[in-house]
Amino acid sequence: MAKEYKTIKEVVGPLMLVEGVEGVKYDELVKIKQANGEERFGKVLEVNEDRAVVQLFTSSQGLKIDDAKAMFLGHGIQLKLAPEILGRVFDGMGNPIDGGGEIIPVKTEDINGAPLNPVARDYPEEFIQTGVSAIDGLNTLVRGQKLPIFSGSGLPHSKLAAQIARQAQVRGSKEPFAVVFAAVGITFEEANFFIEDFRKSGAIKRSVLFMNLANDPAIERLSTPKMAITCAEYLAYTLGMHVLIIITDITNYAEALREISAARKEVPGRRGYPGYMYTDLAGLYERAGRIKGKPGSVTQIPILSMPEDDITHPIPDLTGYITEGQIIISRDLYNRGITPPIDVLPSLSRLKDKGIGKGKTREDHSATMNQLFAAYSRGKEAKELAVVLGDAALSDTDKLYAKFATEFENKYVSQGYNTNRTIEETLDIGWDLLTILPKSELKRIDLDLIEKYYPKNKAGE
Amino acid sequence: MNDKKVGVISKVAGPLVVAKGMTGVKLYDVVRVSEKRLIGEVIELRGDQASVQVYEETAGIGPGEPVYQTGEALSVELGPGLIESIYDGIQRPLAVVYEKAGDQIPLGIEVPKLNREKVWKFKKVAKVGDKVTGGDVLGTVVETKAVLHKIMVPPYLTGTVTWVYEGDAKIEDTIAKIKDEKGVEHEINMIQHWPVRVGRPYVEKLSPTQPMTTGQRVIDTLFPIAIGGVACIPGPFGSGKTVVQHQLAKWADVDIVIFIGCGERGNEMTDVLMEFPELQDAKTGESIMKRTVLIANTSNMPVAAREASVYTGITIAEYYRDMGYKVAVMADSTSRWAEALREMSSRLEEMPGEEGYPAYLATRIAGFYERAGYVTCLGKDGRKGAVSAIGAVSPAGGDTSEPVSQATLRIVKVYWGLSAQLARSRHFPAIDWLKSYSLYDDVLEEYYDKNVQKGWTKQVQKARALLQEEAKLNEIVRLVGVDSLEFQDRLTLEVTKSIREDYLHQIAFHEVDTYTSLQKQYGMLNTILHWYEKGQEALKNDVSFKLIEAMPIRERIGRMKYVKEADFPKEFKDCIAAIDSDYDKLAKGGQQ
Repeated sequence: MAKEYKTIKEVVGPLMLVEGVEGVKYDELVKIKQANGEERFGKVLEVNEDRAVVQLFTSSQGLKIDDAKAMFLGHGIQLKLAPEILGRVFDGMGNPIDGGGEIIPVKTEDINGAPLNPVARDYPEEFIQTGVSAIDGLNTLVRGQKLPIFSGSGLPHSKLAAQIARQAQVRGSKEPFAVVFAAVGITFEEANFFIEDFRKSGAIKRSVLFMNLANDPAIERLSTPKMAITCAEYLAYTLGMHVLIIITDITNYAEALREISAARKEVPGRRGYPGYMYTDLAGLYERAGRIKGKPGSVTQIPILSMPEDDITHPIPDLTGYITEGQIIISRDLYNRGITPPIDVLPSLSRLKDKGIGKGKTREDHSATMNQLFAAYSRGKEAKELAVVLGDAALSDTDKLYAKFATEFENKYVSQGYNTNRTIEETLDIGWDLLTILPKSELKRIDLDLIEKYYPKNKAGE
Repeated sequence: MNDKKVGVISKVAGPLVVAKGMTGVKLYDVVRVSEKRLIGEVIELRGDQASVQVYEETAGIGPGEPVYQTGEALSVELGPGLIESIYDGIQRPLAVVYEKAGDQIPLGIEVPKLNREKVWKFKKVAKVGDKVTGGDVLGTVVETKAVLHKIMVPPYLTGTVTWVYEGDAKIEDTIAKIKDEKGVEHEINMIQHWPVRVGRPYVEKLSPTQPMTTGQRVIDTLFPIAIGGVACIPGPFGSGKTVVQHQLAKWADVDIVIFIGCGERGNEMTDVLMEFPELQDAKTGESIMKRTVLIANTSNMPVAAREASVYTGITIAEYYRDMGYKVAVMADSTSRWAEALREMSSRLEEMPGEEGYPAYLATRIAGFYERAGYVTCLGKDGRKGAVSAIGAVSPAGGDTSEPVSQATLRIVKVYWGLSAQLARSRHFPAIDWLKSYSLYDDVLEEYYDKNVQKGWTKQVQKARALLQEEAKLNEIVRLVGVDSLEFQDRLTLEVTKSIREDYLHQIAFHEVDTYTSLQKQYGMLNTILHWYEKGQEALKNDVSFKLIEAMPIRERIGRMKYVKEADFPKEFKDCIAAIDSDYDKLAKGGQQ
């Protein structure tokens, strides 16, 4: 039995100081027991001689220093795992809240995970069809990728995430599939939207939910995503499932991180966020992937709301440096009624090139993708110019590009939250749109592909 | 174990461990922390108290546990077997660790840095009785089909060869004996140990005179880097830093590539590991993996080892430079290295400089890049070798006014500034031609004019001037519309569009477009400019601008990048001829 210390000296915000301790290890789990039987948990942040600084996982409200006892448990924070975990709902600390009773663990895992040897990774290259053209066609998602959705407050990122969770499939594959959902400091309504959506589509049976809502302690938020990822890793690498993790909202996680850092009086980096936030976020995101010789995969779709829609804010900025691309939701498109309002130009999937093409999607995918991007970009420029100078100032070609840009948004991007397009449908819509432009403008497509796929019923010249 | 003295841990805070009772330890010595024997390095000494940065996860470590001194500085092992390896930041061979321990890297694992069991064929070069000094070649082994590894006399050793071996040997076997001036006989094997924070010696540093060709048009033509030069690539995320680095690693005209993945994505290293073995080096016909060393310290691996990884990489690079090779070091990304410095600095409670970075940031960055260069190597044959260093920088929000970018820009001679705007319109490589610069271009002009084609420099200057002109014209267009421009100027806009889209834009994933030889680059640019000059002439002769703008040959020019190297000379000639004859036709029939 671990020793109990009654020497808690200080509690300041989420931090607690215990003195006179012996044999305490860095990062160890701490259990705090009060006289009334109430239990809390925390972890060792720093240990200096016989003084341990402990970070509480739950709010420090109501904590009484004189009669509380601290026990050092000798291991990190763990999650209980068993196949029965599917279909269950937990709080942000991994306790069941659906009334279904405790999980009888087959296995317990430290939620921090251990970094993977890069050599053990298998390169993600299996195309996931999400049924959303702006993603499948232009910013393709593959198994084992981490592709965040950058959004803003009041934008419909939840609807898009739910649509992806509902429609995502690897074509022609019957392998078991699961969704792990982590609510990090979001409102009940937003969380409920997901639960309802999962329920309606029947996805709830193959889902695991971790809920830390807006009124739950902020400190818990630091554990919630790690719980979800640990659970996903178990489903993927032990049970061989393909797992999609949706974490919303990372911004709340980063804020909790800042809170701890401020309480520790650390030297802040940009905007008060700690200097190690990059490393900390990487500790979440880098756990997506595939492992050689294991059947499952972990694909992450974290959602983060950019404060003031500012992509250079430290949270989206550091995220973008770690993740393999980003899907950007645009307020402008949203206001114009484009659903989903994905701004494809600044969006990016870094792994798309390995996941598309002959044998994976279709041989014309890569070339048409480049062409659509280039054409849409030029069309938007032309439209901007027309706003300043009037349509008359555009050359004939630019007018066609402007028309292309409008049609592209309306037909390609705007498809609604319930349309599930196959990749062929998406590619064909792309070709249809390209016929707006003269054939000679299609410089990024090889001639033999134009020969083969250019819609025959259109003149185009 | 040869551990000497033992200290006791008094404090643990993340990767920083403070230990007492560390008498006799030197700054930057390696220590082993706790019974788990985690690897650490002493970075501060106060009396008998040492601050140690630990290169492995410190969870589960606490006060009272022992710290073992090793008496050695953080070193790398240099010898045959480096090439084709993938190491972590402190030179642990990850492939061997994987075989031994599975998916994760166990704490304190000890594996030899170089394969001790592999047998190499040692061919002697030195003879008994030879007077040798540091850097002289004793013999060679074929390390891979692309690399002949020279076994050299360690620096600072001078003497007479008393015995040389020839035949099969493992790296720990003695291959030569050298008697120094004091009469002491040294047994030399194929391994050299070298502390990573100390640059390897050379005779003298020289000014670079040759370009390091990369096959990337925007780089070779507009912003070339010299062999032995230093360059940086700053850019916001998604602007293609990593793809540029990969392209350079694949196509740069060098003998050895050291690729340091410092605090970046794990999947990117996997990508390199899967793709490089498949790619062929144009020069040797061998897979490019056969000339590559990878160092991977991904973003979720321990922070402190990130700091060490750039030094490990450049030390290995210097070793191959000593053999007289041209080496390129790619560090992706130096910002993560700087962040590791910041994290340790903050744990040490040092007074922070700008944005929390330590005040010595600029000195460290300068110290790293200055280890690159074109040198005369040690050894009596006077061979020359080069290390070119290319560092990616990841400025927060793409704003290069931050400390890491600024400190880097003060050092490097080549600046490939990536633009989010270009990346967004999928113009790759997204190197901004207005912002970037190369201070080597005048040094290299002579080389290009002599070895590629006379008139290269002039042509490049013309292209550059046109792109500058375009920026100016675009401002006018934005204010008053394109119709207000003279036809001459509109033709300029057409040709710059062609330069941008048909020349500077290059698809890394297209099998032909991924690499363009200097000859082909010359031909492509020449064709575009030829079309422009002929066009200006035609405008003077009252040919309608509309007709010039709509010339079908322009589409063919746009497709030149996809023409295979072998077919290109013919295509070049045909294109020029077609342009001439098309303009002739216009001149006859197309007058307004």
